[in-house]
Amino acid sequence: MKGLTTKVIKSGLISWVVLFGVWGIVSLFYTDSFFPSPIETYRGFREIVLSGKLREDISISVWRVLLGWSRALLIGIPLGLLIGRFKFVNWFIEPFINFFRFVPAIGFLTLFLMWFGVGEESKLILITYASIFPIIINTVAGVKAINPVKYQAAESLGANKFQSFVTVTVPGAVPNILTGARLGLSTAIISIVGAEMLAANSGLGYLVYTSRLYYRTDWIFVGIVTLGVLGFFADKSLRFIAKKSLKHYGVTG
Amino acid sequence: MSEKTKISIEHVSKRYDVGNKALLFTKGNYAHDNFVGHETDYVLKDVNLAIKEGEFHIFLGASGCGKTTLLNIVAGFLDKTSGSVQLDGKEIKGPGAERGVVFQNADLAIFPWLTVQKNVEYGLKMKGIKKEERRKTALDAITLVGLKGHEKKYPDELSGGMKQRVQIARSIAANPEVLIMDEPFGALDAQTRRTLQDELISIWKKTGKTILFVTHDISEAVYLGENISIFSVAPDATIVETIPVPYLYPRDVNNKRIGDFVKSTTEKLEKAISASRKEHERRGQVRAFKERGEEEIVTEEKRDKDSVAV
Repeated sequence: MKGLTTKVIKSGLISWVVLFGVWGIVSLFYTDSFFPSPIETYRGFREIVLSGKLREDISISVWRVLLGWSRALLIGIPLGLLIGRFKFVNWFIEPFINFFRFVPAIGFLTLFLMWFGVGEESKLILITYASIFPIIINTVAGVKAINPVKYQAAESLGANKFQSFVTVTVPGAVPNILTGARLGLSTAIISIVGAEMLAANSGLGYLVYTSRLYYRTDWIFVGIVTLGVLGFFADKSLRFIAKKSLKHYGVTG
Repeated sequence: MSEKTKISIEHVSKRYDVGNKALLFTKGNYAHDNFVGHETDYVLKDVNLAIKEGEFHIFLGASGCGKTTLLNIVAGFLDKTSGSVQLDGKEIKGPGAERGVVFQNADLAIFPWLTVQKNVEYGLKMKGIKKEERRKTALDAITLVGLKGHEKKYPDELSGGMKQRVQIARSIAANPEVLIMDEPFGALDAQTRRTLQDELISIWKKTGKTILFVTHDISEAVYLGENISIFSVAPDATIVETIPVPYLYPRDVNNKRIGDFVKSTTEKLEKAISASRKEHERRGQVRAFKERGEEEIVTEEKRDKDSVAV
């Protein structure tokens, strides 16, 4: 019994119950179109689930996030490894990174629309842009955290520069690469709303942004909650997979 | 033991590389933290030594004495400031597979993402040796260090002593000509240390490799080495004396004669340490004196004259 109580407290369930309680109480003071109650939100949720709209929005957003994020991984990880390992790459690229990482993706939204059109491409580039910086920065930190003794060991076993890059730098940076991937995934999900606010006709961001036009505040709430839940489970599953498969690389979850 | 010189160290000096001091700390050995040197001082000054092929040679000295610096120069991890270090008459310019290194800290040195088997195969893989042969050679090395049956395990499933065995097996499998060992048993408990020392002697006898072994433990030095080089303390450390250990293996440290030998070695080491401390002190005074400025030197001289006059 006692074990169960601790489990419930640890799971964060109580916080959620409190949140829903407060939400319910606050909503009593306002109209449904200004601040919908949890029950009203649930009704709206049922409505768009049954019409298939929510499923469509989720799948298109998830697809965009995954595609944009994978591109960020594909570019960011090798770049981070090179920056971390080779000084001259670092000297050349670091100034750009330290400039552009402070410019939020939303700042580029209209530019990307202008340059890459109103189709999928501009949205994907925006998501890639938003998620690539935490990936690069964490990968670099991972490379720098590798103890020089590992390189000395590799070199005195006959490894050349290229071999030690492949066999020491890459596996040695894995724990931080994973941290970068997780942070990148969360910024990708965050940026989806911005990407879909303009020039989209589907997706969760589109749902959140356009529902206001129809006074469907409950749908906005549904969109927000769905984004949170998606992010939560995406992170959980990424951590779970990494913990199972990358244990020996020092990934502890 | 042949009479051929394997490693020759001639007039080697190493100046404190203040800009790159981090290099000195790379081994998890922070002995250099408390170095009392000045940036113009030398860690090592005019070191000369010849190590014969197949020899088991010990570097013995207090922590921070410069023995690890010399070892890092032989391993190729550090550059010397002047002098020459040669392996088989060829100048050492960087790390190489012909000089295997067993590091003090096995946790840092072995690759946690590889199994024991893959760790031991590493050097062979870098050489591009075929899979089947790699597997066989590695298995031989694993058997040699007594880790048979643990090939598929990952380092985090092994004890400290076993990890150190993995490191030794990994170096042996790559078949180096010289095995360089930096206080490899320092972090182990007494029991494990003794077992590994005995195993190291039998591996040395089986493989006939030249071994360069660094330690600050005098009884370990006497237990293992054919020759012991005694180091003075940095700055300006050097090898003050190289003494042969005139006893057959296996050596019984409880034997009275060997016990006496340990005692006399201890005395020699202490003498070397106190002599260099005195020298450092004298130099410190000279330096302080210089820093006080010329003016005082003049007065000092004047006083000398005065006293002569009196």
